[in-house]
Amino acid sequence: MNRQIYLDNAATTKINEEVLNAMLPHFTQTYANPSAIYTFAGEAKKAVDTARTQTAALINAAPEELYFTSGGTESDNWAIKAVAEAYREKGRHIITTKIEHHAVLHTCQYLEKQGCEVTYLDVDETGAISLDALQSAIRPDTVLISVMTANNEIGTIEPIAQIGAIAHEHGVLFHTDAVQAYGHLALDVEAMHIDLLSASAHKLNGPKGVGFLYVRKGIKLPPLLHGGAQERNRRAGTLNVAGIAGFGKAAELAAAHMEEKAARETALRDHLITRILSEIPYCRLNGHPTDRLSNNANFCFRFIEGESLLILLDQLGICASSGSACTSGALEPSHVLLAIGLPHEIAHGSLRLTLSDETTQEELDFVVDELKKIVDRLRVMSPLYEDFMKNGR
Amino acid sequence: MYSEKVMDHFNNPRNVGELENASGIGTVGNAKCGDIMRIYLDIDEQGVIQDAKFKTFGCGAAVATSSMATELVKGKTVQDALTVTNKAVMEALDGLPPVKVHCSLLAEEAIHAALWDYAKKHHIEIAGLKPPVEDIEQRKDA
Repeated sequence: MNRQIYLDNAATTKINEEVLNAMLPHFTQTYANPSAIYTFAGEAKKAVDTARTQTAALINAAPEELYFTSGGTESDNWAIKAVAEAYREKGRHIITTKIEHHAVLHTCQYLEKQGCEVTYLDVDETGAISLDALQSAIRPDTVLISVMTANNEIGTIEPIAQIGAIAHEHGVLFHTDAVQAYGHLALDVEAMHIDLLSASAHKLNGPKGVGFLYVRKGIKLPPLLHGGAQERNRRAGTLNVAGIAGFGKAAELAAAHMEEKAARETALRDHLITRILSEIPYCRLNGHPTDRLSNNANFCFRFIEGESLLILLDQLGICASSGSACTSGALEPSHVLLAIGLPHEIAHGSLRLTLSDETTQEELDFVVDELKKIVDRLRVMSPLYEDFMKNGR
Repeated sequence: MYSEKVMDHFNNPRNVGELENASGIGTVGNAKCGDIMRIYLDIDEQGVIQDAKFKTFGCGAAVATSSMATELVKGKTVQDALTVTNKAVMEALDGLPPVKVHCSLLAEEAIHAALWDYAKKHHIEIAGLKPPVEDIEQRKDA
């Protein structure tokens, strides 16, 4: 069984061939440090400038409002810590949600230890926040609202434009972790009143280890990393030229193919969802039925546990992920699945399948056919299923 | 991440199922932490475990430890079955990753719970056997 079916594109994606070709010259030919004065550094500098224009264009930002980073985690850390530090005179209250990525949640928890107050907004059963709850959470000392554009586990898209409007109206800065959405959804920092935005290259067929933080012009931004004068004195460290060049090309390609890619993925995703929900009993779709990332499908299968499911899928060459505690080494299942109101034992049996533009319907049909057998096999072994069948509970 | 033995017992679990008229049944763990094990024992009049079956909701290690624990207790007397500790189960599986050690504790606990059930039903005492605990975490230091 040499076949491999990769359905974990929310974790990372394959580098596009054109992206790779845009990166390669910077390793062995135009390898100069772009900060250098000599002519040889010109090509590297030009590559960074081009990439800055390409990546900024995708969110309607000015190139000089982007700061290249090592990825989504650094961008999230930086955005939240910088605002908390620079605006502490105004206040120390931050609003975020219970379903953020740990890069946001753990940063907020860290800031709580430093004396900040954080409100973690609830989400409904689809994973969407309530705009009314957001409105009422805003206080005179609120300095930042941080809500992800789309959730990495269940794919739900948050009402970003409305959140931006509310933040703008109250004079509160708005940060969004767009790591899963950037390059997949149309985003406009002007129209959506987004003040800070985190993105990462490897979620859109770019390389790992590079991302950016967009910061609206005029916002105070103390550096996270101290050192050299790179990125207009805001982010020290020699620029990852090859990575940045690849990020630029990935953004350009994403912009050119966004609609057709989303339409194709949505059709495949819905085929997958329809088959699983109709052919496997005692299962549910997690996340919003329609307001979700075009490549994301997330399910819970009752009476079984996610890690066992992943191992059996892996043996068939199928790469997937789960919000089960056992996959992380923690005892708690995914905070996102708990936040949408699932009981622990159901949250343990989750499966996330995330598609790419290379995914085929034939692959998905194979996965569903095998999944049916695997779920049956694990249920036969499950004492929860035994109890349910005997007692109906 | 898992040893070959663990994978073998996960892929081809021994003794999956239920026993009708089991002499003792033990269910331990809770769905909250993601593992539930149920072990059925068939014990003859001489106190020898003739058969053992299990059902488990849990990860790969939970399934493998249940499978191995049922294999190890078969043919033993109820007293000797107490030698099937979590360490014995782990050793028989060529080890477990550190985050999965609690699965082996659960297997030991499930055996003990089934033995306790048997002892209670037959009004006997098994030297050294403690009553089952609600939460396996309480036994972590054991």
